[in-house]
Amino acid sequence: MALKERDEFSGQMTTGHEWNGIKELNTPVPKLLWAFLGTMGLFAIGWTVLMPSWPGVSGYFRGLLGSDQHQAVRQSLQEAELAKAGWTERLATGDLAALSQDEDIMAVVRQTGPALFGDNCAGCHGYDAGGNSGYPNIAHAPMMWGGDVDTVAETIRVGINAPHPETRYGQMLAFGRDQMLGSEEISALADYLVSLQGEKALTPEETAAAQTLFADNCAACHGEDAAGMVETGAPNLTDAFWTYGGDRSSIRHSIYNGRQGTMPSWEGRLSPTQIRLLALYVMDLRGATP
Amino acid sequence: MFKFHYRLERSAIGLVAFIILVASIGGFIEIAPLFTIDETVEKAEDMRVFTPLEVAGRNIYIREGCYACHSQMIRTLRDEVDRYGPYSLAVESQYDHPQLWGSKRTGPDLARLGNKYSDSWHTAHLYNPRDLVPQSKMPAYRWLLRDQLRTDDLGNQLAALRAVGVPYTDEQIANAARDAYGQANPDSAEAPGVAERYGEATNIRAFDGNQGPLTDMDALVAYLQMLGTLTDAAFTTETAEAE
Repeated sequence: MALKERDEFSGQMTTGHEWNGIKELNTPVPKLLWAFLGTMGLFAIGWTVLMPSWPGVSGYFRGLLGSDQHQAVRQSLQEAELAKAGWTERLATGDLAALSQDEDIMAVVRQTGPALFGDNCAGCHGYDAGGNSGYPNIAHAPMMWGGDVDTVAETIRVGINAPHPETRYGQMLAFGRDQMLGSEEISALADYLVSLQGEKALTPEETAAAQTLFADNCAACHGEDAAGMVETGAPNLTDAFWTYGGDRSSIRHSIYNGRQGTMPSWEGRLSPTQIRLLALYVMDLRGATP
Repeated sequence: MFKFHYRLERSAIGLVAFIILVASIGGFIEIAPLFTIDETVEKAEDMRVFTPLEVAGRNIYIREGCYACHSQMIRTLRDEVDRYGPYSLAVESQYDHPQLWGSKRTGPDLARLGNKYSDSWHTAHLYNPRDLVPQSKMPAYRWLLRDQLRTDDLGNQLAALRAVGVPYTDEQIANAARDAYGQANPDSAEAPGVAERYGEATNIRAFDGNQGPLTDMDALVAYLQMLGTLTDAAFTTETAEAE
């Protein structure tokens, strides 16, 4: 190794190496950088004392501040509950019909409802509650299980054909597949239902035959006048709303294979307050979208 | 002060060995104790293993890259707990090899998806998400309904999982293909064995809407409907700690 020497131009020492006549300065690390590194080191040591850090064999040092993420999230949830307590208490216990007339509560419902509905209900019913193929329009169509706010809250709580012990059971039989009706009878019924919408004219004989078939097979659930029954959850077949499609082939398909739509029960996943809020929100949507 | 370092730099092998030694200190202190500290993984007596059909569904979840857009990890943050439910615990992915926590959410978190929506919703949504959610950018997975599920290798899959610590019994491994069929065919003779071997909480339904031969859709929907339901630990931990 060559001898270290002081560079005349900069006044710094060289590394002592020489590469083809080129020498390299050995400028010391700036003092400010040392100070910065030292401060950070001290901060790191202090932080390990304050926060959970050094592990042992069967446990770890929990830190002087007692920081705990589980505790922290629980506390922030509790604070959020307290901040909401002004309206959640009224919502949890008050009479829903009366609450739907309360402007203060409804302002909260209109603000909180879209997020809650979007997260949980919109997947099936759509963000505008207008329904999807297989999932009913709950913004406009008559509610199959009853359209008052308490019934809607109950439907959300227990679901339909869901694994909840109190769930609502609505099962349309597979009249064709299970050979209760023949193909021609199903066609006659489908034609009759299409004619109820005014899109097809039947002869009086055809209508009379189909009405007999309807009374024998369908009226027990859908009612004598086909207007649906909330007791059985059977939909109105005379209006313009069709969960599974109102054209002749869709109706034939429904009669042939039956329908057993499922709505999950939300008890347990949503709090009772959230369920009541959603019921108010849906009822408000129905009022707001004639 | 630097003399040792000057000497070390002249020995290539010595320098490499020393770099490895120094770099491993952090790992040794941070990772090694996790294997001996009791509370790393919570205790959950009711934790059940994946059924063969769920294992097959999980493999499809990995094959189709679902983890790239969906996480399975609810963090300890207020907004996440508000939206998705109780935060995830380590024990809930105890039998996940590898874990599918994910780190990116183009779609929502799926850690508590199980039984949130109906089977028919999942089937329709996987077939074409736009049929149900017009603004969705999730791809359509139409072939899931068409492709027959391979079940003859499920016994080997369970045996491989047992080799890395999942407590499958010999009986579960021997009946893997049978149980996979039974879980998606509630009216079949194979169905009662599934609840017997994997617990009453197991979903036994015609997941893709049809009983009979298994499709990839059966397996994936069975897997999705199980997410977050293997143990109640996350729900009970939260209430126990709050008291």
